Amino acid sequence: MKYILMLVLAVTTMMAQQGTQQGASVGDKAPEFRLKNIDGQYISLDTYKNSKGLVVVFTCNHCPYSVKYEDRIIALAAETAKLGYPLVAINPNDPVKVPEDSYENMKVRAKEKGFTFPYIVDETQEVAKAYGAKRTPHVFILSNTNASWTVQYIGAIDDNANDAEKVESRFVLDAVRSLSSGSALAVTQTKAIGCTIKWKE
Amino acid sequence: MSLVASFTICLALFGNVEELRLSQLQQRLSTGKDTAYVVNFWATWCKPCVEELPAFDKLARKYADKPVKVVLVSLDDPAERESKVVPFLKRRGYEFCDAVVLNEPKPHLWIDRVDQSWSGSIPATLFIHNGRRLFGEFQFSAELLEKTFTDFLKERK
Repeated sequence: MKYILMLVLAVTTMMAQQGTQQGASVGDKAPEFRLKNIDGQYISLDTYKNSKGLVVVFTCNHCPYSVKYEDRIIALAAETAKLGYPLVAINPNDPVKVPEDSYENMKVRAKEKGFTFPYIVDETQEVAKAYGAKRTPHVFILSNTNASWTVQYIGAIDDNANDAEKVESRFVLDAVRSLSSGSALAVTQTKAIGCTIKWKE
Repeated sequence: MSLVASFTICLALFGNVEELRLSQLQQRLSTGKDTAYVVNFWATWCKPCVEELPAFDKLARKYADKPVKVVLVSLDDPAERESKVVPFLKRRGYEFCDAVVLNEPKPHLWIDRVDQSWSGSIPATLFIHNGRRLFGEFQFSAELLEKTFTDFLKERK
């Protein structure tokens, strides 16, 4: 009995760490947010009220998987914006745990790489929790119908993190193309390897 | 398994980090009745993974003469197996008997095959014993790993 209790305790701890019960699912109303961009301006869903939708990418400076995807995110932003789906990058990481992901360092990285999209900071980490972001990078595509925002896709950018040239399925671009032309999505969820979000203690 | 036997196996495999497909790894994890497997998914680029490796090293050493296998599954780019993964393990002085690099290019097709609950972030660890499984995305201290592992083994009794 004691051992069962201990196991239950261990599993409960694990579940708490994973936060398995939280977050948005495909088809849900997209959680609102109002977060500070690197230029000091605040960005919310309302900022994009005239867009068909929005591509939300939880990412950061330090994660090697995010770094592998940086150039691809920049190229993707240009393509999805043309289709009426601008892209915003949200950094959810605790800068105390990872100083490289501080607000100041976000400004530096965005300038170095020439980000053409907002890079906003989720200081309280509540937006990442509301969306159920689990790793970086982690993408949520939202559609906008008369200011009613719906989650349409959750997952990876494409199917090959290590080698952009060997990508066969560009999940996010394909999804935005389908949404933009009013057709149903072939793929609404994908999993990918990534860095854990660095939650505050 | 005797101490001598496991030592010999370690010698044979040390420095020889194999590249495996998931099906090959799963095959390997299904052999050996009564063998308990502790399978850790990690990468050299993953800071929390690297931080918890000493806990797995400690566990492996502690159970070296028992039917327990600690398997390190690197999710580094297979192209960096020799340039990064092998030197990293050697530099740290780890002597894991079973360290492999997973060669599966499309994560969306294989993550669920490891465990449905896996979000894809690492570190992640899978315990297997006689068909029972426990999977979690935690970051282990040596104490929590030891406790989780022993609790997992005792659960049935």
